Amino acid sequence: MSESFDAIVVGAGPAGNAAAYTLAQAGLAVLQIERGEAPGAKNVQGAILYADALERLIPDFREEAPLERHIIEQRMWVMDDESHIGTHFRSNDFSRPPHNRYTIIRAKFDKWFSKKVQEAGALVICETTVTGLLRDGAGKVIGVQTDRGDGAVYAEVVVIADGVNSLLARKAGFRAELAPKDVALAVKEIHFMPKEAVESRFNIRAGQGVVIEMMGKITQGMMGTGFLYTNTDSISIGVGVMLSDLMAQRLTPWELLEQTKAHPSVQPLLEGGEMKEYAAHLIPEGGFHAIPRVFGDGWVIAGDSGMFVNAVHREGSNLAMTTGRMAAETIIDLARAGLPMTAEHLAAYRRRLDDCFVIKDMKKYKDLPDIFHANNQFFTTYPELVNGAARTMLTVDGVDKRSKEKEIFACFRERRSLFGLLGDAFKLWRAFR
Amino acid sequence: MSVPKVEEKLFQNRYVIDAGHPHIRIVDPARCRSGCRQPCLVCCPAGCYTLDAGEVVLITDGCLECGTCRVVCLARNLEWKYPRGGYGIQFKFG
Ligand SMILES: Cc1cc2nc3c(=O)[nH]c(=O)nc-3n(C[C@H](O)[C@H](O)[C@H](O)COP(=O)(O)OP(=O)(O)OC[C@H]3O[C@@H](n4cnc5c(N)ncnc54)[C@H](O)[C@@H]3O)c2cc1C
Ligand code: SF4
Ligand code: SF4
Repeated sequence: MSESFDAIVVGAGPAGNAAAYTLAQAGLAVLQIERGEAPGAKNVQGAILYADALERLIPDFREEAPLERHIIEQRMWVMDDESHIGTHFRSNDFSRPPHNRYTIIRAKFDKWFSKKVQEAGALVICETTVTGLLRDGAGKVIGVQTDRGDGAVYAEVVVIADGVNSLLARKAGFRAELAPKDVALAVKEIHFMPKEAVESRFNIRAGQGVVIEMMGKITQGMMGTGFLYTNTDSISIGVGVMLSDLMAQRLTPWELLEQTKAHPSVQPLLEGGEMKEYAAHLIPEGGFHAIPRVFGDGWVIAGDSGMFVNAVHREGSNLAMTTGRMAAETIIDLARAGLPMTAEHLAAYRRRLDDCFVIKDMKKYKDLPDIFHANNQFFTTYPELVNGAARTMLTVDGVDKRSKEKEIFACFRERRSLFGLLGDAFKLWRAFR
Repeated sequence: MSVPKVEEKLFQNRYVIDAGHPHIRIVDPARCRSGCRQPCLVCCPAGCYTLDAGEVVLITDGCLECGTCRVVCLARNLEWKYPRGGYGIQFKFG
């Protein structure tokens, strides 16, 4: 394989697939390399697919993509050991096509997306690990080294879309090692049951789905969240916590997952299901401040490898597709103008990102990770307090409501000073604003 | 609550094992003993790191390739690579 291509894309996740698809559609000679047996074999997600990012690439994806259920209801649960209090938002509006959010199963979805990439004309090679970037004397990236055949393949530009660990970017010195405070570990299981069981448990019709986001005691004081998503005939259940918190305590990730599954609000939803897979994956949650340099001579970075995840809104795959597409559009512009793939010209990629929702949203929440790190009461004290407050108000026991209010207020004051409460409210307001 | 062993979970997964080619290696076992709080023991979601007679032992067969151990090993005492193409965990669902 000593051939040369216009572009090499490393990785066949949403970022790599969006890039390879866009490049191939524009007629560039594209080689895409994936280490899994098939695209998706290494990938883990909750998983919610946001229609918009994919629609911009493949407008009629709804007709053929393997989608599980469209989301009509979102639940947010704040939990203590025994209870949850929360909000449900359900709207018939979400039942009308075109739907804007779906649950997916990544192994199936990535395989489908890759088929579209191949139809668009890219050469896709699986079961091949890229072991390093090839560079010329001046440091410009000129291709990649793989663990197949004689290994070296050359291209004008390399799109690095190898996911959160990005061994390639790290080895080349384009990115530092991940810091434990910038990544979460998520563990999840998939439980199969008849689709009628899913529909009756969640009060939904065929094709409709529910997502539940959970916070509070299930992460045992660690910064993190749990999630439960309905697929066609299965349920995905998982929990994620920051590595900096995980490494400072004694519970293993699977014990944490077992506790989440055993919570009295969760357990009946899973009952009778057959567990068919246990998976784990990192999520980059360092936010805006963790984004590395995303371009250089002969290379660009897209998706998780560039730390493009909006943890507040659980958006990752859409940012991956958007950054992958924009990297490709930048390359196409340069190729058409006959310009070389140098850092100077590829800088247009970063400008594109700055001008769209990707960087704007990440900037908006730039201080939130630090606030949550420094204030673990958001994951411990508050969930207990609000559940306690609800329990007090809803227990009919002959105590008048005003006394109950006083009791609740006293509880809050006792656990956290009035000053602390106001301060927390202010911090959150500033960060979400 | 009796917590099932992690092995029971991993049993559901599909692996293509590259026998004789572990993709993660402890560089210097002595450093695991001296001064490290051994976060890999707690954090690995597949329980690949265990203690045996005071030694940290790594068996990568159940590895989910998440990268956690590498990130929490602040001593940078791991040589961490991906398996050769086509080997390792192959998620059926993900
Ligand atoms: C539990 C969990 C829940 C999530 N929930 C959501 C959600 O609900 N909605 C959402 O939008 N996002 C969610 N995310 C985030 C989302 O999954 C990621 O942001 C997205 O997958 C990033 O895509 P990517 O293409 O950048 O990386 P990946 O999907 O990780 O793809 C990288 C690809 O590169 C390949 N690769 C890596 N190194 C090499 C190499 N050296 N050689 C060859 N190939 C290589 C890998 O095998 C892989 O296929 C979630 C993530 C997790 C872990
Ligand atoms: S964290 Fe690293 S140095 Fe510490 S015990 Fe684990 S492998 Fe050894
Ligand atoms: S990569 Fe993940 S699963 Fe594999 S040994 Fe390290 S922590 Fe465990």
